[in-house]
Amino acid sequence: MKPYLSIMETRFRLSLQYRAAAIAGAGTQVFWGLIRVMIFEAFFLHSTGPHPMELNDVITYVWLGQAFLAILPMGVDGEVRDGIRNGTIAYELLRPLDLYTHWFVRTVAWKVGPTLLRSIPIFVIAGAFLGLAAPASVTSACAFAVSLVGAIILASAITTLISTSLFWTISGEGAANIIPSFIYVFSGMVIPLPLLPDWAQPLLNASPFRGIVDIPYRLYLGHLPASELPWLLANQMAWTIAAILLGRHLLSRGKRRLVVQGG
Amino acid sequence: MPQIEVEHLTKTFSIAERESGLWGALKGVVNRKHRVVRALDDISFSIEPGELVGYIGPNGAGKSTTVKIISGILVPDSGSCRILGRVPWQDRIPHVKEIGVVFGQRTQLWWDLPVVESFDLLRDIYTVPQEEYQRSLDELLQLLTLEPLLDTPVRQLSLGQRMRCDLAAALLHAPSILFLDEPTIGLDAVSKLAVRGFVKRLNRDRGVTVILTTHDMDDIEALCSRVMVIGAGRILSDGTVADLRSRVTTERRLIIDLVEESPRFSVAGANLLLQEGNRVHLGFDPEQTPAADLIARVTADHPVRDLFVENPPIEEIIADLYREHGP
Repeated sequence: MKPYLSIMETRFRLSLQYRAAAIAGAGTQVFWGLIRVMIFEAFFLHSTGPHPMELNDVITYVWLGQAFLAILPMGVDGEVRDGIRNGTIAYELLRPLDLYTHWFVRTVAWKVGPTLLRSIPIFVIAGAFLGLAAPASVTSACAFAVSLVGAIILASAITTLISTSLFWTISGEGAANIIPSFIYVFSGMVIPLPLLPDWAQPLLNASPFRGIVDIPYRLYLGHLPASELPWLLANQMAWTIAAILLGRHLLSRGKRRLVVQGG
Repeated sequence: MPQIEVEHLTKTFSIAERESGLWGALKGVVNRKHRVVRALDDISFSIEPGELVGYIGPNGAGKSTTVKIISGILVPDSGSCRILGRVPWQDRIPHVKEIGVVFGQRTQLWWDLPVVESFDLLRDIYTVPQEEYQRSLDELLQLLTLEPLLDTPVRQLSLGQRMRCDLAAALLHAPSILFLDEPTIGLDAVSKLAVRGFVKRLNRDRGVTVILTTHDMDDIEALCSRVMVIGAGRILSDGTVADLRSRVTTERRLIIDLVEESPRFSVAGANLLLQEGNRVHLGFDPEQTPAADLIARVTADHPVRDLFVENPPIEEIIADLYREHGP
C-alpha cells in the first residue's frame, strides 16, 4: 500500500498548489450556481400542482452540486492523456506498480484536492447569503459524509474507466468527450433527479451515476432518510466494483495493444 | 549463463495512413488504409552480466522498440526473451524492480516537484528501505554532483542537469541492469563527458550491465566493449568496435600538414581523399602499404610540418554498413 499512498499524497499536495485555479473555479461555480438558482425559482413560480421537491431543497441541492463539482467524472486524468499521447506512459509501466491502482489512486487525489479548495469558500458564501441550508439533522449530515466518500470512490472508478478508453486513441477520446455529458444529466447535476418525470425514476435509480450526486445530496437534505444508507451505499459500491472490473479488463487489453508513441 | 537472452524477437506496428488534404481525410473516414511496419525482424542476442553494450542504428531502426520490449513495456508479436530468468512482459512487476531505464528524450521525474521529492517518491514506489536508499542516494549525489540541484523543481533544470537527475532516479533502487536510450541526446560536451564518466564507473565499480543506444559514436568509442548495429529491424553486426571497423573497411587515414601548398599532390600506394590548403588527407590499406613506407615516401618528396595516422571516423563505417544493408 505504501507506494500508492505516497503517490496519492504527492498528487494531493500538487493539486493544492493551484490556488489561483481554485479561486477562479470557486468564483465561476458561484456565478453558475446563481444562474441555476434563478432558473429554478422561475420554474417554481410558474408551476402549479404538487412538487416532488420544495424550492428550498432544490436550491440547497444546486449549491451542493456547485461545491462538489470537481468530483464529477468530467474528463480524463490529464496525466494519463498526456502519457498516452507523448509516450511518458512508458515510465509508468516501468514502475513496480499495478497500473490500474496507480491511475485510480491518482484520480482520487486529483478529485479530493480541488474539491476541498473549492467547496469550503462556496459553502461559506452560499451558506451565508445564497440559500444553502444546513443538513436536515446530525444523522443526515453523517449519512451525507459517508455517502460522499462513496461518491468520490465511484466517480474515481468511472473516471479511470474513461481514461483506459484512451488506449484506443482516436475512438477513446470521443468516448471521453461524450460520456461526461451523460453523467452530467443522469447524476442530477443539471436537474435534481426527483424533478424528472416519474416514468424515468426507476431507470435513474438504477443508473450508476445517481451515486455521484443525487444520493449524497438527498441524504444531506433528509429527502432520503438516513436509515436507507446501507442500501444506498450498496448501490454505490456495486457500481464502483463494476466500473473497477471493467476498467481493469480494458486496461489489460489496452496494454497488450499499446504502442508507445514517439521516440 | 547469460543475464539477458533474446531470441527471434519480432514486432510489427500497423500505421494508419491517409492521403493529404481534405479529400484524403474524407476518404480516410470511409476506408482507412493500414501499412504494416516491421520494427523488429527476428532479433537475437545474449548479454553476460557486467557487459557494457552499445546498441546503434539509424532513426526508426528498432532500437527503442527493443529497449521497450526488454523493459517489459511492449509485448512482441513473437520470439522469446529471458532476463534474470523472467519474461519481461509476463512478469513485469518483479522484472522492473531489477532494472533501471532512462529514456533520454523524456524525464521520469515529476515535472512540478523538487528533485529530492521525486527521489523520495521513487524510494516509496520501489519500497527501498531507508538505510539503503540513503546510501545509494549519497553515492549518486556525489558521483553526479547533484547536491546543489536537489531543491530545484524539475521543470527548471537544464537538459544536462535533468539528465544527471534522471540517471540517479533510475538507480536509486540499485538495479543490476541499466537500459539507457539515447542518454546523451542534446547534451553539451561537458554534460556528455559527465554522463559517460558516470556510466563507465557504474559498470566498472558496481558491475551493472548496461545497454546503451545512441547516435553519438563518441559514446560508443568511449564506453562500449561491444557494439550491436541494427538496421531495418535486423541485427547487422555484433562484436567489438575493432571488429566492426575491420568488417567494413581496413582503411586508415594519413593526414599531412605540408610546409607549402603543393598542387596535385600524389604518392604511390595511397588515394588522395581531400586537399585543403596545406593539409592533405590520404587513404591507404595498411596490409598493402605499411604506414612506415608511405610516410617515408611522402617525406622523401615533400617537406612536411606534421603528420598523423588515424582510423576513419566510426560514423563513416556505420554509414557504409547501413548503405550495404539499406533498402
